[in-house]
Amino acid sequence: MSSLNKSLLIPLIVFILLVITLGVGFSLKDPHILPSELIDRPFPDFQASELHDVDRTLTREDLKGEISLVNVWATWCPNCVLEHPELLRISKEEGVPLYGVNYNDEVIKAQAWLRRYEDPFVFNIVDDNGKLGIDLGVYGAPETFIIDAEGVIQYKHVGPVNRYIFDKEMKPVIEQLRANSVATRTAGVDS
Amino acid sequence: MVRLSTLVMTLVISFLSLTAIAAIDAYSFPDEGMRKRYNSLIDELRCPQCLNTNLAGSDSMISKDLRREVHRLVLEGKSDDQVRDFMQQRYGDFILYNPQVKGSTYVLWFGPVVLFFIAVAVLVRLVSRRSSLAQEKVLSDEDQDRLNQLLSK
Amino acid sequence: MIAELGHFSLILALGMCVALAIIPTVGIVQKNTQLMNVSNSLAAGFFVFVAISFFCLGYAFWSDDFSVQYVALNSNSALPVQYKISAIWGGHEGSFLLWTLVMSGWTFAVGALSGGLTLDMRARVLAVMGALSIGFVLFILLTSNPFDRTLPVYPADGNDLNPLLQDFGLIVHPPMLYMGYVGFAVPFAFAIATLTTGNLDSAWARWSRPWTNAAWGFLTLGITLGSWWAYYELGWGGWWFWDAVENASFMPWLVGTALVHSLAATEKRGVFKSWTVLLAIFAFSLSLLGAFLVRSGVLTSVHAFAVDPERGMYILTYLVLIIGSSLTLYAFKASGVKSDADFEWGSRESMLLVNNLLLVVSAAIVLLGTLYPLVYETLYDGKKISIGPPYFNTLFVPVVMLLFTFMVFSPLSRWKKTPVQEFKKQWVGMVASFFVMLCLVLALAKEFSFVVLLVNTVALWIIVSLGKDLIAKVANKADKVAALFKQTMSYYGMILGHLGIAVSILGVCITVYYSEERDVRMVPGDSVELAGYEFRFNGVSKETGPNYMADRGDVDVIQEGKVLLTLYPEKRFYPASSNVMTEADIEPSLFRDLFVALGEPLGNKAWAVRIHYKPFVRWIWFGGVLIAMGGFITVFDRRYRRVKVAKQEKPNHADGVAGATA
Repeated sequence: MSSLNKSLLIPLIVFILLVITLGVGFSLKDPHILPSELIDRPFPDFQASELHDVDRTLTREDLKGEISLVNVWATWCPNCVLEHPELLRISKEEGVPLYGVNYNDEVIKAQAWLRRYEDPFVFNIVDDNGKLGIDLGVYGAPETFIIDAEGVIQYKHVGPVNRYIFDKEMKPVIEQLRANSVATRTAGVDS
Repeated sequence: MVRLSTLVMTLVISFLSLTAIAAIDAYSFPDEGMRKRYNSLIDELRCPQCLNTNLAGSDSMISKDLRREVHRLVLEGKSDDQVRDFMQQRYGDFILYNPQVKGSTYVLWFGPVVLFFIAVAVLVRLVSRRSSLAQEKVLSDEDQDRLNQLLSK
Repeated sequence: MIAELGHFSLILALGMCVALAIIPTVGIVQKNTQLMNVSNSLAAGFFVFVAISFFCLGYAFWSDDFSVQYVALNSNSALPVQYKISAIWGGHEGSFLLWTLVMSGWTFAVGALSGGLTLDMRARVLAVMGALSIGFVLFILLTSNPFDRTLPVYPADGNDLNPLLQDFGLIVHPPMLYMGYVGFAVPFAFAIATLTTGNLDSAWARWSRPWTNAAWGFLTLGITLGSWWAYYELGWGGWWFWDAVENASFMPWLVGTALVHSLAATEKRGVFKSWTVLLAIFAFSLSLLGAFLVRSGVLTSVHAFAVDPERGMYILTYLVLIIGSSLTLYAFKASGVKSDADFEWGSRESMLLVNNLLLVVSAAIVLLGTLYPLVYETLYDGKKISIGPPYFNTLFVPVVMLLFTFMVFSPLSRWKKTPVQEFKKQWVGMVASFFVMLCLVLALAKEFSFVVLLVNTVALWIIVSLGKDLIAKVANKADKVAALFKQTMSYYGMILGHLGIAVSILGVCITVYYSEERDVRMVPGDSVELAGYEFRFNGVSKETGPNYMADRGDVDVIQEGKVLLTLYPEKRFYPASSNVMTEADIEPSLFRDLFVALGEPLGNKAWAVRIHYKPFVRWIWFGGVLIAMGGFITVFDRRYRRVKVAKQEKPNHADGVAGATA
């Protein structure tokens, strides 16, 4: 075997780097989920009617005041039916208000849907042309956001929420936000 | 793009864009220039939900909505960059098929340029070396004379 | 029963390729001719068993055996029979069986047609192919078995084949593509076999050229068919999207083109010996990488098969083993190789070097653009980025334009040194092409474009210089026809290949710049004008097909008051899979396509209608077919067939022959 010409090792080294890249690709999250662009940004401004009360106008001010969840849903969305029991449970047991965005839907259908499956929402924002959805970076239903008391988006989950996902991913965020706000209040008192 | 199989994975997003393609909206524009800009914008914006399709080629609900927005923005007089910014603020870099030139994409955009110059350098070095070998093999004039003398003997 | 037979046959096939990898190798080490000779039969056996397995799967489809899970997922009793058969490769498991069938076919062919090789070399090559095949067959048996049953409960009817695939394109595109992809295993095997002997002389180049050219021809055809299929099937007039899976086939093609050219230099002049070996390794490696990208779910593509990390891991491991070991072998065995051939600037060798470097750079660009989203996501904490046509077009096009410019001169170059006059003579061709193009663009084009003029001038110039070269070869001969016949197949292959590229360039450039499209709302009776034609919408009727229901539009195409023809675009609903499909209707012709597609009904009998005018789009694929033909005819070059006779004469030296022509 003749002496080794080191430059001939270059292809092998490049290949190894390539393989590492590809291998890492496996550890990445589901390629079909798009991370949210709106984390740490205020909830987009909007003006919409409420689902059950056409004369009532809602704006983003109505979402401020406490840590809350905003759920984007629609009657044409099968996974929304799947996650609905969990939303009901959250609204009853977790002490976080749940607001809805009825996305690209029809008011009559949505009202009937909520009568059929029970209504966990404090109120429902009518987004019948999907504009609020676009401003939120939504691309399907269901999607759920966690908003802090100042109306700033802190977290987004794409897809149906179930108990496991809530406990593992969303609840920690909520607790963290609660802890932060207590700290701020305490700090405010001290200063 | 050609699809070779039925999509069997469970989609997290509930609505599956039916495999219809050729999203056709009958939008009107006051002038041809706007129409061209619209067409080129929906070509370079990506459908956020699909598996590698642009807004022009997707029938999904979100693509229809986003095309409507592009139409509206173009009619409102927004520039191409403003339309792209609008989309990028909501959906991130993912929605731009033309990646922006910024720190994180220097390798992407300039890597090939560097590679090209390396290739040119390799070419020059290689051919120079080979052609100088060729030069060396050319006999000097005196040697050529001597050779001629030897051959004629 | 048949499905189990197919499964069993596959296991036997595995046995065959394990034997093929081991027994001849032992024969080589022990210099045992009997063991080496067995390689042919083992290759044949491997092919036979895979073919039986494939046939069994086909039978399961043909007989509507929905207890076989793969058949249930991809077929339906109402599916027309030609699609039932092509549904064999409509999904991952079956298409990989096709891949393996093609691999066994090439292995068998190499065994059967390599009488000219030394026994030692043939045994080595077949052993390598056997070793590669082990990985493929094992992959099917372990992770992707198309013969799995869904007993005891199985569906009464199947899911139906995706309507997009119920098309002629499915019948031809994957088989051609795989013939090419997998065919690159042959030059790969030759390269590895040569490395193991430690003797990189030019003989291996001569032996592997016909195989490489054939595989490359198939890949060209496969890619061309894919582009054509996407165009008429997808309904929006696109023919290339730089999708990850398209790139997966294009990268091996680019490197394969470099390989085809580099082999010429290695065979004739003994130069670039170790570089050519490396290219052969690259080409097949990119094929494997492509398979990985398509089947692992790592990249997002409509084209990709079902996401399955387990399969992805398997292929990745296989990739690492095969490519890692070949590159290591290369690093150690190619180290001492040097050729002392010399050549000048402007020589054919230097031209081929330019070709190789530019093609490798362009392949690197495609690779970078395809994989970068993955790298980005890793580095930037899950953030996603998209890289699409704008990126690829911006970087890829200038590099290949440079390549095309060199293509004008390269056929005229000579080995070792080209007299400068040869190149200087070309200015006439350039000026002539420029003026012809200028006139054509000014006369026929809707608006003037300098880029179009430039690009088309180069394309025409390539054709002109090819023509001039051919004429020069027969001009001084008394019997011109005989002189034409005396040119080698390799020469005509070059002519066709380069001509094909020029034709494709013209097609691409004109269609990109001068296509027109209109999306309009039309009620019955409405007319729209586009590119000098009038399109009159006559309404929509309901139709039924074998496994679908359709809304069928009626659009008259009128020119100068006369109805030229009627187009019938459809919107089809396939009940078995609940899929809706837009089936555009196209009026194709040599110089332009007219393309109509139906959108959504807009109420009150109004429909959204899309109308396209696509000039010269067919030239893209005609060019591709010409290129593929060029690759295929070189296989029939007399010199490859004369190898048997040459064995009895004294060995030929490849380099240093003065005045050697192509």
